[in-house]
Amino acid sequence: MKIPLIYNVRSLARRPVSSAMTAVGVALVVGVFIAMLALANGFKVALVRTGAPDNVIVLRKGADSELSSGISRDNAAIIAALPEIAVAADGQPLVSPEVFVPTNLEAASGGDAQLVVTRGVTTRAFEVRRGVHIVAGRNFIPGRDEIIIGSAIAPRLAHSAVGDTIRLAGRGWLVAGHFSAGGSAFESEVWGENEQLMPALRGQVYQVVAFRLRDPALFDEAKQTLEKDPRLQVDAHRESEFYASQSLVLRQILDFLAVFITGIMAVGAVFGAVNTMYAAVASRTSEIAVLLTLGFKPRSILASFLAEATFLALVGGLLGCLVAIPINGIVTSTTNWSSFSMIAFSFRVTPGILAGGVLFSIVMGVVGGFFPARRASRMPVVQAIR
Amino acid sequence: MKFFPLVWANLTRHKRRTVLTTLSVALALFLFASLRSVLTTLRAGAEVGSESRMIVQSAKAIVFFLPMSYRERLLAVPGVQAVTWADWFGGVYQDPKNFFASFAADPESYLDMYRSDFTLPADQRAAFIKERTACIVGQHLLEKYGWKLGQNVTLQGTIFQGDWTFTIRGVYHATSPAFSEDALMFHYEMVYERYPGWVQPGWYVLQLKDPSLAPQVAAAIDSEFKNSSDPTKTGTERAFNAGFVTMWGNVSFLMDSIGMAVVFAILLVAANSMMLSARERTNEVGVLKTVGFSDRLLFGLVMAEASTIALGGAVLGLGAAKALYRPTGFSAMGFLPGFDVTAGTLALGLGIAVVLALASGLVPAWTAARLSAVAALRHVE
Repeated sequence: MKIPLIYNVRSLARRPVSSAMTAVGVALVVGVFIAMLALANGFKVALVRTGAPDNVIVLRKGADSELSSGISRDNAAIIAALPEIAVAADGQPLVSPEVFVPTNLEAASGGDAQLVVTRGVTTRAFEVRRGVHIVAGRNFIPGRDEIIIGSAIAPRLAHSAVGDTIRLAGRGWLVAGHFSAGGSAFESEVWGENEQLMPALRGQVYQVVAFRLRDPALFDEAKQTLEKDPRLQVDAHRESEFYASQSLVLRQILDFLAVFITGIMAVGAVFGAVNTMYAAVASRTSEIAVLLTLGFKPRSILASFLAEATFLALVGGLLGCLVAIPINGIVTSTTNWSSFSMIAFSFRVTPGILAGGVLFSIVMGVVGGFFPARRASRMPVVQAIR
Repeated sequence: MKFFPLVWANLTRHKRRTVLTTLSVALALFLFASLRSVLTTLRAGAEVGSESRMIVQSAKAIVFFLPMSYRERLLAVPGVQAVTWADWFGGVYQDPKNFFASFAADPESYLDMYRSDFTLPADQRAAFIKERTACIVGQHLLEKYGWKLGQNVTLQGTIFQGDWTFTIRGVYHATSPAFSEDALMFHYEMVYERYPGWVQPGWYVLQLKDPSLAPQVAAAIDSEFKNSSDPTKTGTERAFNAGFVTMWGNVSFLMDSIGMAVVFAILLVAANSMMLSARERTNEVGVLKTVGFSDRLLFGLVMAEASTIALGGAVLGLGAAKALYRPTGFSAMGFLPGFDVTAGTLALGLGIAVVLALASGLVPAWTAARLSAVAALRHVE
């Protein structure tokens, strides 16, 4: 026969201070756990969203990032002639040759200059790279000294309001507008026209060529053609995989930290739960004896105490979720080590992460409650009832 | 002291509880020491680097080269004693995961510039300078990959395409924390030869005659090149290192908040178990009072018990952190060179333990001291 759960809830309520302390301890662990995973996830999402599975990124052979790549104008023209490339409404191939240079820009907070990615594009880039929209002002006009700034990075830069003049690569540029890009890393970039940026930056060379495939399944064919062409010396990557891999180093650090920190905290919290539950068992010796005398099976006693510990931890876990949810959307910034530039992104709490936090609290409860519950179930009736 | 056996007997009555509580305090302080050491190591990284050396880089961004012709012009700036230059190579060894600092430098002037920051045997130095395809590596890097002196090492260029093979002709020991032992250095000529129309120095290093000249020298250089196509950004080596540290962004805030959460969570655990212990012993307190123990003595006994747990845990946790990181050469994949738990962190950890002892012991100790013997004895069944 099962012991009703309400018995456990009332038992916890009889020791409010001790129960609350244990629950809050679990809540803190779960809160930190969720916050750290939300941070790692936010960073990952920013980079993964940057790429689309039917887009291809072409870099110089051996280059591990856009930063270390370089592709000449001639080679960009050869790449643009590839038959696997999709065609735009006007009959031109959907190819976007781009300049990619981290440049020093003045930070809004003053102090040292911030490295921010400056990307030179053509108007075609807005078709190839999906989801880039002007949210304030207007787009840059080809032939003019104008740039547009990503909405995530704009608040962190000085002279970045629409209509301001920003100093970039030793020249002044009119900020024509701000753009959003669905939360991707593009929102941490400054975009301008290739022909204007090239002379000011690294000269007559592109860093990357991005293009849309007619059919995502044609990737392997396109990759082979490009990488075998002796004139080119390039590597082709599927865009979605490429940007995801760019976030790997920092994600590994964040994931490691999340596991390391919350793992140690969890052990501490489990110890707390163990103490609380042992004390609960000890102070209820006679109660347990009565239950046994009434005919409850030792197995029911075990289940009951385990349920009590789990319930306690679960309350803590839910509390931790409540505390952690408000961090969702908070924007923070760090350096993307593959381009050495600033990237702004937001904490992203997902239902999956919350579920993970709740599951984590349940595990803490079960682990913390098991030994005390076993002791309770093995208590000899005669000794206990004394 | 004569009451020590009594405190000890109380602690050992619930051995499991005492051990678990002590361990959770130890874990908390271990974590605290680890997190704070990330900060102190980062800050220490910002403070290494000489004040008498300056770095000249492109004002546009660090990825831009500066013309070779700047070398003579920099030497001519009043206050500058010596000039050298280098390029970031960014090669990988066999697999992209095997990443370490590799750079091309002008051998003789570079080794002279940093002569007080590392030791390299004179014969190895001469062999390195003489042979164009030679490189020198830090002792730590050599051990990490099991290389030997005289061995050939092939790196894949990420910025400078292709395979690059160098012969290890020297192994250096860093004597200053500013100088990494996880680095490989080779001749600037090597990259220049393969890309003569492109490669130029990535940054210049200047030795000042007097560190106090730094502001004037920086201003003189930056204004000289201000209107050229390659403007410069000049700062002391220390400021240059500090720039890299600020790139971590809000990491210090993150570490601080997590540290606070950890300490607070463990405080709850410790306080909870002290209260449990005290509550179970109400009748004992009654007995002790009846036989003549003063209120103050009982207060002291409970506090002593709490302090033993907190300080025992602190010694364990802080000791483990101190013993673990430095001797094992932990450096978070090279991101935190010289990772160590500082004396300041240990002191702060002990301070937290004291606060923990006070906070967790105060309520039970106060209750025990105030309890009247009659009320306490009612609990005796």
